[in-house]
Amino acid sequence: MATTNSTKTRELLPIGTQAPDFTLNSTPDQKISLSDFRGRPVVLVFYPADWSPVCGDQVALYNEMHDEFAETNAQVIGISVDGVWCHLAFAKDRNLHFPLLADFEPKGEVSKKYGAYHDDVGESSRSLFVLDAAGVVRWSLLSPDGVNPGAAGILKVLDALSPEQRGSAAAGRAS
Amino acid sequence: MSATNDAQTLAPPISEKDHAEGPASARVTLVEYGDYQCPYCGAGYQIVKQLQKAMGKELRFVFRNFPLRRAHPFAEHAAIAAEAAGARSEAAFWSMHDTLYENQQALDDDDLAGYAKQVGLTSEELDQAYAGGAAADRVRTDFRSGVRSGVNGTPTFFVNGERYDDDWTNVDAFVAVLRAAAKANT
Repeated sequence: MATTNSTKTRELLPIGTQAPDFTLNSTPDQKISLSDFRGRPVVLVFYPADWSPVCGDQVALYNEMHDEFAETNAQVIGISVDGVWCHLAFAKDRNLHFPLLADFEPKGEVSKKYGAYHDDVGESSRSLFVLDAAGVVRWSLLSPDGVNPGAAGILKVLDALSPEQRGSAAAGRAS
Repeated sequence: MSATNDAQTLAPPISEKDHAEGPASARVTLVEYGDYQCPYCGAGYQIVKQLQKAMGKELRFVFRNFPLRRAHPFAEHAAIAAEAAGARSEAAFWSMHDTLYENQQALDDDDLAGYAKQVGLTSEELDQAYAGGAAADRVRTDFRSGVRSGVNGTPTFFVNGERYDDDWTNVDAFVAVLRAAAKANT
């Protein structure tokens, strides 16, 4: 359970910046790169740990919102420092339908690039980023680790993206 | 530069389309977004009964659907069954709502058909409702309004339109908040 309130936090990657690309394992034999999703909005969900109660609620909520995200052409990606086997078991237990990436080795490297890492507890902070189709940060939110930020803020930003920012030419390919 | 978490407010507001217990003239409206298979909502059901008892005619209680389908495989059909009953009458909706929360361990399609029969719905009518139509649409509409209103899990409560983020299992504290909301709304 990751409810430690950290005081030592980094600054989240600022709005308007190009989100740094990364490649992480989603399963023991599958890697996913951020650039795989270029051309559609991406919701990056950094969270402290698999299995912790708030994370469970948060991912359960996003997991139910397939239709809502598909309407805006957006892809949701979860990221924590848990290893791939842990992610696999968690995703299976919760019947998750979006990828969880393992920011495991070097530990927290991607989270740190996004300013979404608590150095003192060694976990990703509970942070959300909405990237547009060109990979530019359009919105971010840092929540206290014990608070589920929900999805209202994410949808508000996705709704406000222009057709270009949504990559609407590719909208027909939204799964 | 990161956004702050705005106060979460209910959208759309309560209308005559909502399922409500208690008078429309009540000074406090409590809205619950709930899932019939969620054990926390089962606990919430008992809490709401206590709140209603404490508040009497001062309180109107509204229920909206928020089934977490992938976590709770029976939740969506249960919600549709309650809405199908609600298409008959408000009394049928609330009867179904209460029956579902009092029988959370038995919510498969056979169980639901049994409960529906008690409010005059045939299993054929239920099957049609599951396949699509007004009841199913309403469940999705409720869910979508919930995510946009800041529902982040179940149950989520709103007091006079504002999300209640305190501990809802503390009945005394909850009643105090409802009384304060009533007083503020005079």
